[in-house]
Amino acid sequence: MIGMGHRIHAVRPHKNNFNRDKALQNSAEYNDTVVRQFAIMTVVWGVVGMLAGVFIAAQLIWPALNFELPFLTYSRLRPLHTNAVIFAFGGSALFATAYYVVQRTCHVRLAFDKLASFTFWGWQTVILLAAITLPLGITQGKEYAELEWPIDLLIAVVWVSFALVFFGTIVKRRIKHIYVANWFYGAFIITVAILHIFNNLALPVTLTKSYQIYTGVVDGMMQWWYGHNAVGFFLTAGFLGMMYYFVPKQAGRPIYSYRLSVVHFWSLIAIYMWAGPHHLHYTSLPDWAQTLGMVFSLVLLAPSWGGMINGIMTLSGAWHKLRTDPILKFMIVSLSFYGMSTFEGPMMSIKTVNALSHYTDWTIGHVHSGALGWVAMMTIGAMYSLIPRLYNRESMYSTKLIDVHFWTSTIGVVLYAVSMWVAGITQGLMWRAVNDDGTLTYSFIESLKATYPYYGLRLIGGILFISGMFIMVYNVWKTISEQKPVPVPVMDPA
Amino acid sequence: MTDFWHWFIAAGTIIFVIWCVWLVQWSGKQGPSNVKDEELVGHKWDGDLEEWNNPAPRWWLYLYFITIIFAVGYMVAYPGLGSFGGTLGWSQYGQYDAEMEAAAARYEPIYERFAAMSFDELKANDDAHQLGKSLYASYCTTCHGSDARGAVGYPSLTDNDWLYGNAEQQIITSISQGRNGIMPALGPALGGDAGVDNMVSYVRSLSGLEEASADAMSAQPLYVALCSACHAVDGKGNQMLGGPNLTDDIWLYGGSTEDVRATIVNGRNAMMPSHQNLLGDKRLRILAAYVGSLSERQ
Repeated sequence: MIGMGHRIHAVRPHKNNFNRDKALQNSAEYNDTVVRQFAIMTVVWGVVGMLAGVFIAAQLIWPALNFELPFLTYSRLRPLHTNAVIFAFGGSALFATAYYVVQRTCHVRLAFDKLASFTFWGWQTVILLAAITLPLGITQGKEYAELEWPIDLLIAVVWVSFALVFFGTIVKRRIKHIYVANWFYGAFIITVAILHIFNNLALPVTLTKSYQIYTGVVDGMMQWWYGHNAVGFFLTAGFLGMMYYFVPKQAGRPIYSYRLSVVHFWSLIAIYMWAGPHHLHYTSLPDWAQTLGMVFSLVLLAPSWGGMINGIMTLSGAWHKLRTDPILKFMIVSLSFYGMSTFEGPMMSIKTVNALSHYTDWTIGHVHSGALGWVAMMTIGAMYSLIPRLYNRESMYSTKLIDVHFWTSTIGVVLYAVSMWVAGITQGLMWRAVNDDGTLTYSFIESLKATYPYYGLRLIGGILFISGMFIMVYNVWKTISEQKPVPVPVMDPA
Repeated sequence: MTDFWHWFIAAGTIIFVIWCVWLVQWSGKQGPSNVKDEELVGHKWDGDLEEWNNPAPRWWLYLYFITIIFAVGYMVAYPGLGSFGGTLGWSQYGQYDAEMEAAAARYEPIYERFAAMSFDELKANDDAHQLGKSLYASYCTTCHGSDARGAVGYPSLTDNDWLYGNAEQQIITSISQGRNGIMPALGPALGGDAGVDNMVSYVRSLSGLEEASADAMSAQPLYVALCSACHAVDGKGNQMLGGPNLTDDIWLYGGSTEDVRATIVNGRNAMMPSHQNLLGDKRLRILAAYVGSLSERQ
């Protein structure tokens, strides 16, 4: 990790080539420095976040693994895991690709170099502060919004800067039409700002403690409006932006359907906003809100599949490339998991299904088929495609190792998702089983005992997935360690 | 909800549904700038990024449309559009009440049969024991353990030591209303470390864990003054107050010097929650009989 940090410095211009430094500032070249920084940190945080995940998965089997140390307990490491994979790994990947894609598809250098650089160092500071405060037990207690108010403020500043850089680049583009990937990145950036700010409104008491302004069921509704749209905009719209650039690039084919892009984009961003209440079925949330959450989740199925169809059909006609290009394999499996998860999600939002699935490990399985299957696989594919280009190479150090990585992660995700489906349905059925005399057939502890084998399988799946990440670290290291990046001139629009 | 919010929600919902329908309908039309179906749209980015103007797949549009129709139908039948309660008159509270009523009709006869039995008959009855066991597994195992032998701070229900007594009404009260066993922090009242040490020795000597040394016996007057109200002068406790017996070898928070010391210096606060609303009278009595029988059936 230290070695990688060193590399980031090494690609920054030295004092003795001041002229080259000036040239870099020239708008005739792309700003790939910030892209490189975020791309490398994507790999680093991927390893860190998934390692935390594997560790807490092991703790669920062997609770003694917390060693009776407060900062190693499941309750503190779980938010560390989620924050690290979503915001550190996923976030860095989104920054890297958004900055890369918006320059290439607008045919201009990134707007505001210094602000872009600030977003990198600001975001890494947020991650570092999260890695310190969460194990110390400093938390707002809101899922995926655990970080306390000073860190929330920093996130808000970094995010607004991100928006300025991104939309600044859009504004000065040299081509009339805005490429579809940028619609999704743009929606993701704007919406995440709104979600983050409104869900984190709080009254600070001390530097590390605040009270949120919402109470009771209003707080629950705000939290899941935020929580589900974090999935919808951070983990879906953002990564669809990534998909819309890297899939056609890698396949060497045009996007299947412009019209499908338009319809599913406007549908997706409009409907996701309504889906949050499906996290609060059969609670004190009023019936009407639960209903709207459910029906709009169902309507969300087709718009979600629109993205999958457009991605997969873009590959159609280039299927033979799958034989030789494991990067495309990552992308097609990622799109398949996206389609699977976005079918599963609407099904789970139906009240009667939710009555069985809610509070069980099925939810965990669903989240991971999205997070590992869709988000991580797309990110990995995009990074394998992007990193060589950032370091002036044709391809990664080893295509064979990408293939090995592909198979370890695919088997890993499948083991993870399947074991959690079985575990979740087992739990749901055991919890609702009733004896002839009206008493519950199983105590909670019996359902936990029945879950153990699946926790074991899930751990194996997780270990496989992270093994793939270690292969990636080696491959990336070999790709970039001998390589000197050269500035890429801005391409003229066709 | 006020009229304003009713119309706000209903209108917002309907506008979004219309938006979706319009999008589906728009996509059926020919694409932008009169480009024909299955041709390239004509935009080009980054050297080679282009787009076909293929129409969206038919089956996908039908799928989209079917989900919209389902959504509209569901919002007519169920509460969704503001304060409109839906034509079926369904609500989750109504569903809850109906299910509870159905359960009562089905299970009440079973509980009726046991309600007619005396407490001793209940303890001896195998069916009641089985039912009590299931209730115990759902409501009690978290603290008292699946084997009912308790844990530190949570009493074992399998021995013959009863903090609040094992008569019918005593066990029922413990379960229905809960108990709050408070041991006050007595460190300052004992006059510093030496006083605490002596009291620890005296308390341990009551059950024979230590010799009744002169130091230990020097704490006896303070014991009578500070502790006897709950633990009784002879140390045998007081079930009226839930004061534990100190003369047996059962220790709720441990009997080692350190544990007894911590109990005396810091005090303890044990909380058994109320289960009246969760169980109701009849099931609660069956559970009480099961708990009462645990130490007898060994």
